[in-house]
Amino acid sequence: MRNRVSYTLDSTLDSVNKAESTAAQFAARAGFNADEQDNIAMAVREAAVNAVLHGNAHDPAKKVFLVCERTVDTLIITVTDQGKGLDPSCVPDPLSPENLMKGSGRGIFLIRAFMDEVRFRNTHPGTEITLIKHVGGKPANAKEETT
Amino acid sequence: MTMKASTRQVNGVTVVDMSGRITLGEGSVILRDTIRDLLGKGQKKILLNLGDVTYIDSSGIGELVSAFTSVRNQGGELKLLNLTKKVHDLLQITKLYTVFDIKDDETAAVGSFK
Repeated sequence: MRNRVSYTLDSTLDSVNKAESTAAQFAARAGFNADEQDNIAMAVREAAVNAVLHGNAHDPAKKVFLVCERTVDTLIITVTDQGKGLDPSCVPDPLSPENLMKGSGRGIFLIRAFMDEVRFRNTHPGTEITLIKHVGGKPANAKEETT
Repeated sequence: MTMKASTRQVNGVTVVDMSGRITLGEGSVILRDTIRDLLGKGQKKILLNLGDVTYIDSSGIGELVSAFTSVRNQGGELKLLNLTKKVHDLLQITKLYTVFDIKDDETAAVGSFK
């Protein structure tokens, strides 16, 4: 497997599954254990779901761009949509009592829970979310950024 | 692996044996339709056996919450049985573990319905 692959995907559920399976393969090759592989794959799945559903809104004219990159000790996965943009600071906390019993709204929470670093960037139009996982754990300076 | 759901009756409780992935799309739809059908038939004591569910994403979690709420709103009870470690961990980090009544023994679970 190459150290970097990129795909241009349609705004469909098949693309979500493709993103998930690609991430799982990359995570396995990068040396993450089975649980970490599952968590990375789920985080990427959630990012792809957001891109297809909330970003591109299933618009067949809009694409989802997936890039998986592996360095010596880090897995970097970027999912970009062509939607109206997302402000992550406006996403409600699914753990708060008023949201706990809602039927949706847990995707970004799970992404943050499973990855070491999560970065959002508005691509005008669209949202790019970068998911980073370090082999061997999170470095002390890891943080979430929005630009 | 696609999701499958089959139902059986045990002492007045409907046990739903689920297998596969409860994810956005088919898996979530099957769960939603199953609960809707059961409620439509007046079966309001529902035990979801998740022992063979290999994967749940955020949509699946949401569907479980919606199922719980739908059953409760009709005066029924929905409980979960045989969580895998992955599902258990997901419910823990989403703070839903204490919301659901979770069992690991079917006989005891069936007996716990009012």
